[in-house]
Amino acid sequence: MANVTLRSVRKTYPGGFEAIKGVDVDVGDGQFCVLVGPSGCGKSTLLRMVAGLETITGGEIDIGGRVVNQVEPADRDIAMVFQNYALYPHMSVYNNMAYGLRNRGMAEAEIKTRVEEAARVLELSPMLERKPRQLSGGQRQRVAMGRAIVRQPKVFLFDEPLSNLDAKLRIAMRVEIRKLQRRLNTTSIYVTHDQLEAMTLADILVVMNGGQVEQIGNPLEIYQKPATTFVASFIGAPPMNLMPLRADELKSQITGADGAGIVGIRPEDFVISSETGSGGVALGLTVEAIEHVGAETFVYGSRQREEQGVAANPGELPPGEVIVRVPGVSGPAIGERIRAVAPRDKLHLYTADGRKRVGE
Amino acid sequence: MQKQAIFQSKLLPYALVAPQLAIVLIFFYWPAVQAVIQSFLLQDAFGLSTSFVWFENYLDLFKEPAYFAAIVRTFVFSFAIAVSSLSFALLLAVMADKPLRGSTLYRTLLIWPYAVAPPVVGVLWVFMLHPSLGVLSRYLRAMGIDWNPLLDGDQAAALIILAAAWKQISYNFLFFLAGLQSIPKSVIEAAAIDGARPMRRFWTVIFPLLSPTIFFLLVINIVYAFFDTFGIIDTMTRGGPGKATETLVYKVYTDGLLGGNLGSSAAQSVILMVIVVMLTAIQFRFVERKVTY
Repeated sequence: MANVTLRSVRKTYPGGFEAIKGVDVDVGDGQFCVLVGPSGCGKSTLLRMVAGLETITGGEIDIGGRVVNQVEPADRDIAMVFQNYALYPHMSVYNNMAYGLRNRGMAEAEIKTRVEEAARVLELSPMLERKPRQLSGGQRQRVAMGRAIVRQPKVFLFDEPLSNLDAKLRIAMRVEIRKLQRRLNTTSIYVTHDQLEAMTLADILVVMNGGQVEQIGNPLEIYQKPATTFVASFIGAPPMNLMPLRADELKSQITGADGAGIVGIRPEDFVISSETGSGGVALGLTVEAIEHVGAETFVYGSRQREEQGVAANPGELPPGEVIVRVPGVSGPAIGERIRAVAPRDKLHLYTADGRKRVGE
Repeated sequence: MQKQAIFQSKLLPYALVAPQLAIVLIFFYWPAVQAVIQSFLLQDAFGLSTSFVWFENYLDLFKEPAYFAAIVRTFVFSFAIAVSSLSFALLLAVMADKPLRGSTLYRTLLIWPYAVAPPVVGVLWVFMLHPSLGVLSRYLRAMGIDWNPLLDGDQAAALIILAAAWKQISYNFLFFLAGLQSIPKSVIEAAAIDGARPMRRFWTVIFPLLSPTIFFLLVINIVYAFFDTFGIIDTMTRGGPGKATETLVYKVYTDGLLGGNLGSSAAQSVILMVIVVMLTAIQFRFVERKVTY
């Protein structure tokens, strides 16, 4: 049971590369914090700094009211689940879980109780004598979890623990992890690049980019009010449509767009309609492609010439392309011309550099 | 899944393996057969008459106390060389595995001794530890040790073991370093988080994961100590003083080439050959099954 507080934490490598540029995060007791961001954003480095596997070159990390900057990983009272599980290949499942307890001089009887309890919870009881190589990916993942929970640490750290599993197992394990964490009520920090995993697991979501925190908050809050265009395009799939607003027709449609340079609209906030929302946006689109997912359909349309602009975040959306979500399987045909309308209250307005929300 | 190459002509595959077979036949099987034949023969001192004596050469060997002494000596040497070079190489590899500045240079320097030919190694150590010329001998004397490997058999043996082990450290170092680097870093980090201090981490995680490498090197080192130390012994002590550094291989040479007893020498060679075959069999059996995990 502990809070984890990061105060302007920095990491500069000897070569001068700044991996973490001053991060402040406060994870409350028993909360599940998810660090999410694209690869190379520093989220794993930050987690490893909390674990004590990387040195901290600036700021402070505080676990349960104690600054741990100079504390060895073993003495931080944390447990970590690695992406490749990092099981000891020469030890049985039982010994893998017992190893950390033996190192701390716990009595064998107590170790046995704890390991067997963890094995029962994780449904590993019949496999205690097996070696890791005799287990499937999901089972190995559970052993790694078991190794973490038997220690009953103050904090769990997860470094992309599900990314080596197949899609179906990943969803099942995601739910398992969340249930387990709720039951044990242990403060957790979880790193992932999968925004869906991040949304579903987090009490507090930390969106990172380029060694900095873009936004901290609860997942729905972040989804509904992304603080920057980076967050807007990173959280949500398919990504939010971002369109530049110069002195063009689009801008004149929107009421209260002073100071805004970019407008963002989530695909599900569009309605295909001939009416114009008052003060909102109406786009004339030519349908280029259609994706049927079953419960919903995504329509990819290109904007008519006079409305064409450049996507605010290159790579997120091709120039002029707009994604519209239509419920069910109905929808326009390819080549058809449609009008996609979004009301004013569904628009996200940002400054031209995309760093700030405006017009609220 | 079996990968099978398909040849148009039936002769081509045989033609392709022929050079390899020719080399093995000429340089291994032919001399080996010669040695076996020779080991059943007895020649007089001038090589004028030869008689077939069946296993007499072998029986004579086992009646000879000097041969038993050589066997014991060879095993002691091999054990001492293997253990000392393995443990020292492991220590160096563990240190070189750490992210140090200039580690590439350090590693390169450690690999160099392997490129030195055994007789040169012998000469180097003879000069350093020669009782009257050696640099190190002066310090040993200053420490009150009566150092004279030219007269003292135990000291000569120590000298051989030292030089032979030193030569083999590079080879072992390379394998250990590769072995250490193949251990996933996260496993060691997991052990660190699990509360294992560096020493405990080494003995409970790193060492067991290295055990296949260690076993492989143990066999290689024993074979090396058995057979490849000839050059070192020949340049350093020539089996002396007395017979204090005469190993089985060196005895083959002294009895056969210097002593002229070709029959006995051949019999000894055949026994050595059997030992190599046994060591190789052990090697294949265990390395393929992998040790511990």
